[in-house]
This record gives sequence, structure tokens and C-alpha cells, in this order.
Amino acid sequence: MAVLMLMAALLASCSRQANDSHELTFWTVGREGEAVAKLIPDFEREHPGVHVKLQQLPLTAAHQKLLTAVAGGSTPDLTQLGNTWIPELAALDALEPLQVRVERSHTVQQADYFPSIWATNLIDGTLYGVPWYVDTRLLFYRKDLLRQAGFDTPPRDWTQWRHMLAALSPAQRRGYGILLPTNEFEQLLALALQQDEPLLRDNNRYGNFRSAGFKRALTFYVETFKLHQAPMISNVEAGNPWTEFGRGVYAFYLSGPWNIGEFRQRLPAAQQDDWSTAPLPGPEGPGASNAGGSSLVIFRRSPHKEAAWQLVEFLSRPAVQQRFYDLLGDMPPRRSSWEGGALHDDPKARAFRDQLERVKPTPPIPEWERIVTEMQLVAAQAVAGQLTVDQAAVEIDRRADGILEKRRWMLDRQGRSR
Amino acid sequence: MNSPRAAWLFLAPALLVLGLFFLLPVIAALVLSLTDYDLYALADIRNLRFVALSNYWELLHRRLFWSALGNTFYFVAVGVPLSLTASLGAALLLNSPLARMKPFFRTALFAPVVTTVVAVAVIWRYLFNTKYGLINYALDSVGIHPVDWLGDPHWAMPTIILFAVWKNFGYNMIIFLAGLQAIPGDLYEAARIDGASVPRQFWHITLPMLKPTLTMVGMLTVAGYFQLFAEPYVMTEGGPLQSTVSVLYLMYEEGFKWWNLGSASAVAFLLFVIMFAVTATLLRFSRRGGEA
Amino acid sequence: MNPRLAKAMVNGLLLGVAVVALLPLLWMLSVSFMTPGEASSLPPPLLPKHATWANYHELFARAGMGRYLLNSLLVSVAITALALACNLMAGYAFAKLRFAGRERLFQVLIGALVIPAQVAMLPLFLLLKYLGLVNSYAGVIVPAMATIFGIFLVRQYARTVPDELLEAARIDGAGELRIFVQIVLPLLKPIMVTLAIFTFLAAWNDFMWPLIVLTGQEHYTLPIALASLSREHVQDSELMMAGSVVTVLPVLLLFLALQRYYLQGLLLGSVKG
Repeated sequence: MAVLMLMAALLASCSRQANDSHELTFWTVGREGEAVAKLIPDFEREHPGVHVKLQQLPLTAAHQKLLTAVAGGSTPDLTQLGNTWIPELAALDALEPLQVRVERSHTVQQADYFPSIWATNLIDGTLYGVPWYVDTRLLFYRKDLLRQAGFDTPPRDWTQWRHMLAALSPAQRRGYGILLPTNEFEQLLALALQQDEPLLRDNNRYGNFRSAGFKRALTFYVETFKLHQAPMISNVEAGNPWTEFGRGVYAFYLSGPWNIGEFRQRLPAAQQDDWSTAPLPGPEGPGASNAGGSSLVIFRRSPHKEAAWQLVEFLSRPAVQQRFYDLLGDMPPRRSSWEGGALHDDPKARAFRDQLERVKPTPPIPEWERIVTEMQLVAAQAVAGQLTVDQAAVEIDRRADGILEKRRWMLDRQGRSR
Repeated sequence: MNSPRAAWLFLAPALLVLGLFFLLPVIAALVLSLTDYDLYALADIRNLRFVALSNYWELLHRRLFWSALGNTFYFVAVGVPLSLTASLGAALLLNSPLARMKPFFRTALFAPVVTTVVAVAVIWRYLFNTKYGLINYALDSVGIHPVDWLGDPHWAMPTIILFAVWKNFGYNMIIFLAGLQAIPGDLYEAARIDGASVPRQFWHITLPMLKPTLTMVGMLTVAGYFQLFAEPYVMTEGGPLQSTVSVLYLMYEEGFKWWNLGSASAVAFLLFVIMFAVTATLLRFSRRGGEA
Repeated sequence: MNPRLAKAMVNGLLLGVAVVALLPLLWMLSVSFMTPGEASSLPPPLLPKHATWANYHELFARAGMGRYLLNSLLVSVAITALALACNLMAGYAFAKLRFAGRERLFQVLIGALVIPAQVAMLPLFLLLKYLGLVNSYAGVIVPAMATIFGIFLVRQYARTVPDELLEAARIDGAGELRIFVQIVLPLLKPIMVTLAIFTFLAAWNDFMWPLIVLTGQEHYTLPIALASLSREHVQDSELMMAGSVVTVLPVLLLFLALQRYYLQGLLLGSVKG
């Protein structure tokens, strides 16, 4: 028995000792890991004695892994964190406040960042992250296909857009105007953020999906499928959207900046002039999109916060961000990074620069991720014809209100105790 | 001689492990299911509320729970009979005196059982790919339209069932084979002299003699199939349109993705109760059938 | 029916089933040697045009497969060794040692078999959190150190050990531990091999619990790593197939080498006590 316990203890200690004093564990989500691996050697050269251990989490498992790590007390030193997830980890008190470090820093200059993006890192006035790259959704489109259909410029508003979608979704061709994977919430969310009404109401205590604005966005979204302008498939089934876009299966693709890199890499050189990007059309004229992206956060439990902050500063340098863009196409959150390098002269990036001045953050509460997931599940049902738009709006509100019950209870309790 | 003391010493390690890491957590799960343990409670235990049965109540009013339950029942109700039929069929073939190279076939048919679910699920995902998968290509070559196996909500679960049958039939096949070999040969001999056909022999000798084995194997298979998780996790991530979300998948998402440990525990307990009820009912039916 | 026709039918059917059972595995092997992108073409190729080790090289050099392979080995071997020790001792005690409440305790254990392991997972996670074992090998190993099924299997087999043998040793003054090690264990050798294969395979193939408790890549076992890779590299079928080969091959070989014991154990475990 004693032997067993000893072995267990030994195994446990084996797993712990990996944390030697100069090792910095840095989690990345999705493809960023491969690119950042190329930036790290420079950092390690500047900071001899610090070794960065990179770990890549797959995007679809990242949320679960992060929360489990926090719950299990096995967090890394720092991580890349989607800015909609910051409220959750902040509620768990897992993140190190960064305001003091930012004020002392010569590298991280708040005024240089896009304000809406910076704001997503503030939870109840406390700064928990430094924006690393921005992710807003806009349109990728096939210039040649649009031109063939008689359109010289990309759409500016929904009416024009619908018109083009119709022209580009001919029944005889096995093609569609646009790809909107039914299991991704970002596309519908972007349309919903263009509306005047907020998505949650009463200090984020209740859902506000019954508002006229959200219904308008949902109607536009659902109709795109109903009119066979988008296929009813998830991104699992869409598989390789880049090739499909290249083959002209889709004329529009509503997606994020990293895809500039993907398309450049995956489409043949002859096709590179056939596609471009455009700001997202709004209900009337150019519309808003989501203030998404990832931030760099440091965990409270990290024993190497100073070294972690040095890495954050390193990755926030305009020159490094420009290189990061070159490697992956992830767009920098600060204006000065846009002023030089490939980014400055890149016509395909210009639409993003334009869009970034017109982005809106999502409600900064831990429940948001869950609400928006439910929103998409219900929306997918509406797309499949199981619910009408009105029914779907009511259902999303019902689910959102249920999810927010605990938040209301906690707010009420705080209110009473004050 | 101090046999009792020695016995307890021999038992201690196993009982300690089972008690601490299985029985205690099971009891704790019951308690947890009566609370609203969530992200906020994880941060500060003062945010924990005792909610009595309201987790259960809410689950019973959640469409996703019912559809997860429905998906799981679908998987069990179609998968288990299919799986048992395949196992029995393969066992009969292997047991036939006409069969050649029995050891090779036995090993070949059993091979999928020992493979790793995740790895072979990955294989199947590519085999059943709508565009480049071998399955659709084969169907196309005989003039059948390509099926969107894992992307169509109507086909995703059947595809997963096919996968599960392929993966598991070998296990029960071995048990059936042993059961078949235990049937005395003179029973068949007598039947043949009476002029009974092969199907009649199967119906009147093989099946009744195999019944105890069949009942036991059926029970275990039902219990196993209720625990569907890895297949949808790897092959479909619960989609499309949540058509492959099983009860355990729901528990996993609820518990470890959203950290609602309270309602996740309630899901786990409901699954347990349902499994228990189903297997007990099946057992009773098979007993009653035996008496008749 | 014509006996020759019947024979052809039986063997033909067997061959058909064998093809269905093995084809996916053979296809996996074949695709794993294709050049990237080759499998995603029409018509789907069955054999690689130019066989290459590139996918395996990529897996071990860049995706860290070597580490995951070692993790899987370490975890599975540790679980096998520890579970063997615990289950053998307990199974033997239930079969051959007399103590108050033996039958009742055994009944309780058998009764607990109906509780699906997943019910315990959520609190188990919290428990391991307090023990500091989340994201460690021990987090996977410790809860698997004893299984009711294993105890049951050993008890069934150990009941065949003749009591006279044990009594004779006791009269000679041998201690219980010595009796266990020197007399009982050699007799239990067949069931030890069986139990070892069962435990090893189950540990190697286990998915849900390691997925939950291992948060850091450095501790991933092969199935977890593979599931994670497959979400990142959906389009790289050749690479994923190579990963599947690495995951499946060790257990398949182990099974082929020791299948006699495995199949025996399978039957022993399924016969009601």
C-alpha cells in the first residue's frame, strides 16, 4: 500500500518538476502557435535564460481546456485568449490585472490601440489583457465572378448585397453566393451588431433578441439560406472552404483576416487577382462588425509574471506584429503597426483597416459565450425551417434569460449588501 | 493464523482506490446535482446555492436534454439489435463446419475491437467524406447519389451506428462462438435425423440454447451503448444540428465546457437511472419469456 | 442445399465480412504513406503513387508524436502494473480468505458495476484538483488502479486454487503474504496475463477521462493528441491516417501476439459468477 502511495506521489512530483524557474509556458489557440513559434527565437535571444514552451490548443477544444486548467489549478504562465472569453476567466479571478504594467511600459501604448478593441479587455474597469491581434468579420469576394455578373464594386448595403447574392447563386451551377457555416455564430453576430439595439438589456440581465433590430438581422441571415444563396452546411462539412472559394463554389465568404494568408497560400498565383476584401455591408450603407480578436493575458498563478510580461511586450512591438502579419495574416490591434511593412501597402488588408474603425464589442459578461452559442443553435433551427424568425427570437431570449439567472441573483445580492 | 486481518490488508489497496475514487465521487455527484455549482461557485464557494431538484426539473424542460436522450435511445435501439445480429451471424459462420481458415477469420473479425475508438473514428470520418470518401465513390459508381453522411442530420446518427457496429461486433461474436460451441452436437444430430431444416434447427435448438448468453450479452451491450461519447466527439462534434449529441456528450459539454457541474451531475444521474430502468425491464422481459 | 455451394457461400460470406472489418484499417495504412493532398482527389486512390514516410516524419518531428507515444506507454504500463497488483490481491482475498462480510461486500461491488463510471467523473475532477493531480500522469493512473471487473475476474479464477495447498503452507508456518507470492501468484499466471492485456488495452484506448483531466499537451496520451490534431488538421487526411496508424498499431500487435489470453479472459469475464 505504502508502495502504491509512494508511486502515486512520485508520479505527481514528476509531473510538477517540469516547471523549472526559467521556463515560460505559453498557450496558443489554433493556428497562431505555428507562426508564433517562429517569433519566439528572437525573444529568447533577447532574454537568455528564459525558455518559452509553446502549446497549441485546437480552437474547438480551447474553451474547455482553459476552464479546466483554471478549475484544476494547472494554468500556464500566459495564454492567447479570445477577447470574448476574458470575462469568464476574470470572473474566476484567474487573470492578473495589467493596468500598472501598461502604465509603466514603453512598448504598450493604450492610445495607439483601436478603442473598441482595447475596451474588450476591460472588465468592470479593470484591464486584464493586451490586444494581440484583431478579428473582425467582413467580406471576401471573387472580383471576377462579380464582374461577370455585372457588378464592378462590392456591396455597400444589404439591398445591393442581396441583389448580388441572387445573381451569383444560379440554380444550374452547383454554386452559392456565400458560405455561412451553420455552426459558426460569428456571421450572424456581425449582422446583429450592426443594429442599434443592444443584444442584452438592463445591465446585461436579460436577453434582447426580441428587438426589431435582431429580428431584422436574423431575417436577412435566414433568407440567405431560404433563397439558396448559402448552403445549409456546417464548417465540418465545408471542409476546405479555400479551394471551394477558388473554384468559385462561393462568390462571397464572410470571414476574418487570417484568411488573407490562407487564400494567398492555398490559391494558385494566377488566381490572386481574382479575389479581394470589402467592409461588411450594413442595413443602410457600410455597417459595423464585431470587435473580435485575441488578447494576451497573464495568469494570476504564474510564478514568472515579469518574464511573461516581457513576452507580452515583445509580441506587442509594431515590428514584431508586422512580422506576425506576414507569417499568418493576423492583423495588429494598434495603428502604428499598420503604418509600415507589407500591411501598409496591402490592398487586401485595407478593407480591414477601414472596418476596424467601425467595430462593436459584445457584452462583457462570462455568460456571453454561452448565450451566443445558444443563439446560433436556435438560428440554425430557423435556417432549417423548424422555427420562424419570431419564434427563434423568443426562444433565444428564453434561453438567454435562463443562462443569466445566476447573474441576476448575484447582482441583486451585491445590490442588497451595499 | 490471522486470516481476517490478512484479508483486509489484501483488500485495502483496491477498496481504498475504489472507495476514494469511485464510490465517494458517486455520492458527491448526487449532492452536487442538488446545487447550482457553476463558474461563479468555482470562483467563490459562497456563490453556491442549494437548489433541491431544480436541476432535474430544468433538464426535463430542456429540449436539448430530450433530443440527447432521443439520440441516445436511437443509437441503442438500432445499434444494439444490429450489433447483436452481426455478432451472431459472424459467430454462426465461424462455427460452421464448412468454414475454412477459422483462426485467421476470427482474428480478422475481432481486430476492430482492439483498435482505439478515436483513431478509427478519424478513419471513418474520411471514408464517409461526402466528396472524396471511398463510400460515396463506391455508391456513385453503382449509380447511387452521394449521401452527406456526417453532415446531414438524418444520416449522421446512422453513420455513427454503422461505425459502432463495425467496431464492436467482434467482441460479442467471440462470446456467441463459445456459446455455440457449448451446444451438444447430438442435439443437431437428432434434429437432422428428424429431417429438420437448417433454419428450423437454428430456431428450435440454437436460439433456445443460446438464450442465457444472449440475455447477458444483450444487457451488457445495451449498457455499453448508452455510454456513447467518443464517436460523436471525434466524428461530428455533436452536430449537425445537434443530431448526434448523446446524453454523455451533453454531460461533458455542460460540465467541462460550461462548468455547470450541478446540472451536469443531474444529467449523469438521470442517465444512470434510465440505464438501470431499461436494463432491469429487459431482464424482466427475458425472464418472463423464459418461463413461458 | 448442394454442400459445395453451401461451403462456397459460408466462406464467401466470411471473406466479405473480413474485408469489411479490415478494409478501413488497410486503407488507413495505405493513405498514411500518400503524399499530402493525394487522398483528396477523384477517384479516391487506394494505393499511394509514391509511398513516402513524410507524414510519419512530420508527426514525430513537428507534431510531437514521440512524446505522446511515450506518455501513452508510461500511463498504460503504470496502470497495468498497479491495477494488476491491487486487483490480484483483492480478487484472491475474495476467493480464498475468510472474513466477516465477505459475500456481502462482494455483492455490493458487483452491484456497483451498474453505475456508469461517468457519474463519478465530475466530483472526481474536483477531488483530484484538491489533491493537485489535475494535469498529471497520476491523475489518469490513480483512479484506474483498481477495477471491479478486474477483481471479479481474478476471484473467478482464484477459486480454482485448491484450499489444501494453502492450508498445508499455513501449517508449515508460512505467512499470508508469502503464501500469496510463492504459491498463489504462480498459479494465477494465466489470469495475470489476461488481466494485464485487458487493462493495458483499456488504458491505451481510454478517451473521456484523460481528455478531461489532462489539460496540458505535455501529458497528452495518443488518443487525446489524435483527437486534438484531427480538429486542427481536418484537411490533412494523410497526416491523420499516419497518426491513427501510430495509435492503433501497438495495441493491434499486442493483441495479435497474445490473443489466446485475451479471448480466454473475455469469455471468463462474461460468464456469470
